Amino acid sequence: MIWFNLIIQGILVGGFYALFACGLSLMFGVMRVINLAHGDMAVVAGYVAVMLTPHFHIPMLWSFLVVVPLFGLVGYLVQRTLIQKSIDRDPFTTLLVTFGLSVVIENALLQLYTANAQTISIGSILYKSWHPASIIYISYQSLVVLAIAVVVLASLQLFLSKTGTGRQIRAVADDQEAAQLSGTNYRHIFGVAAAISFATVALAGIAYGMTTQFAPTSGGINLLFAFEAVVIGGIGSLWGTLVGGIALGIAQQIGSHINPQYTLLGGNVLFLIVLAIRPQGLFGKKSSL
Amino acid sequence: MSNDFLAVNNLTVHHGQLCAVDDVSFSVQRGEVFAMIGANGAGKSTLMRTIAGLQKLTSGSISFKGQEISLMPPHKRVKFGVSLVPEGRRLFSSMTLEENLQVGEFKSNKGPFNIHRIYELFPWMPDRRRQLAWQFSGGEQQSIALGRALLTNPELLLIDELSLGLAPIVIEKIYALIPEIVKEGLSVMIVEQDVAQGVGVASRVHCLLEGRTSLSGVPADLTSEAIERAYFGADLNSTKDH
Repeated sequence: MIWFNLIIQGILVGGFYALFACGLSLMFGVMRVINLAHGDMAVVAGYVAVMLTPHFHIPMLWSFLVVVPLFGLVGYLVQRTLIQKSIDRDPFTTLLVTFGLSVVIENALLQLYTANAQTISIGSILYKSWHPASIIYISYQSLVVLAIAVVVLASLQLFLSKTGTGRQIRAVADDQEAAQLSGTNYRHIFGVAAAISFATVALAGIAYGMTTQFAPTSGGINLLFAFEAVVIGGIGSLWGTLVGGIALGIAQQIGSHINPQYTLLGGNVLFLIVLAIRPQGLFGKKSSL
Repeated sequence: MSNDFLAVNNLTVHHGQLCAVDDVSFSVQRGEVFAMIGANGAGKSTLMRTIAGLQKLTSGSISFKGQEISLMPPHKRVKFGVSLVPEGRRLFSSMTLEENLQVGEFKSNKGPFNIHRIYELFPWMPDRRRQLAWQFSGGEQQSIALGRALLTNPELLLIDELSLGLAPIVIEKIYALIPEIVKEGLSVMIVEQDVAQGVGVASRVHCLLEGRTSLSGVPADLTSEAIERAYFGADLNSTKDH
């Protein structure tokens, strides 16, 4: 029963990791950019959600209706200006630029909001949990986040396979020049991919803020989890990212069961095992590496 | 501006330090099949990539329908009526046959080609439209690449190394389609290493040697010796005599 509970809790937290990681995976797959500011964008989304409430009287629970589209727009603009400029120079520059962006964001948040931890408080219903068996508690909130992650990944999958723009995104990921020869403006497609990435990570940031406290420097650890989920699942596979997130979650739960200090260790050990045995990830193709 | 459909004037293109295309001028007229021949490394593919916009030119000009296009990004050139079937086919490998065609169709111009028409040209396609691109043979992939380019409904179709790595019978089948494409009102410019194929289908031939024009004319006026000399850059018969 203990093990069953570990798996349940792992799956619940894994949904959050997948939601967090899918944008990172998309940006890498489409424009080969590793966005080191990905985690910080989630934190910014959290702060914007917190800030909206006193200024605009938007209930925190519904803040995502404003924050998610806003971040989509920001993603498009940041990609078309800052990130595109660095891609045009050379691929390595994007690492430096997104790293710089991450430093700037963290320090700007410290300056504006101090290092005090914040949280997104929502109605009491989501703090309750379902108690189906003796030691199993399933928090409604984690369940909602998992459901959101599955819905987001499924819609994204549908968008990529069934719409013209979605197919253009995949075409650019496969072969950028051939996509251009088919009439695709790859810079615009890069922008769309970044918009999706920023919008999903904003949603993840709000979910994170509802689950736990966050501070200006919370981005880094979440970026690490997102990386691990993507690598475990395999780059370029959305469902792989979900499975990767869940596997990471379960490994962390097992680690914390052995010793509460081993939470991160459990995830990292799984990450290293996957890298050693199956470097392309559980669902990745060898050719994509 | 001249009245030429496609006019390339004094075009020079560099690959880093290497001068791949050196001061080349030629023109393609509406409704013709123009063949660019030349040996490996003569600069043919670079020339095609430059016309399609994938490569920047060093100097010279490219005008299409009387408008200078050398600064236009590739996707706008597609919208303007120039489409390239790239060397090595370059299909989207994670996509199915049908999805490859749909990408070509998505931003297409108005014109005679739609997916239905492509399926008529290649009757084997509909049954296998859900297979992934990499699962097809070389000739089938070349057909898909040709279909994908046709779906943008170009006025000028550029085809780079159609015959590369294909069996002769397959090459013949695909070449047989070119008159049908021209019948739809398209102009075609092909690049070929296979001289016989290029000369056979073209109304005019242009030969490149180490980035420079070595011969240009109507196939009927060109002797095979003249072509040979232009292609290899040496008079083979005279070297044999020594």
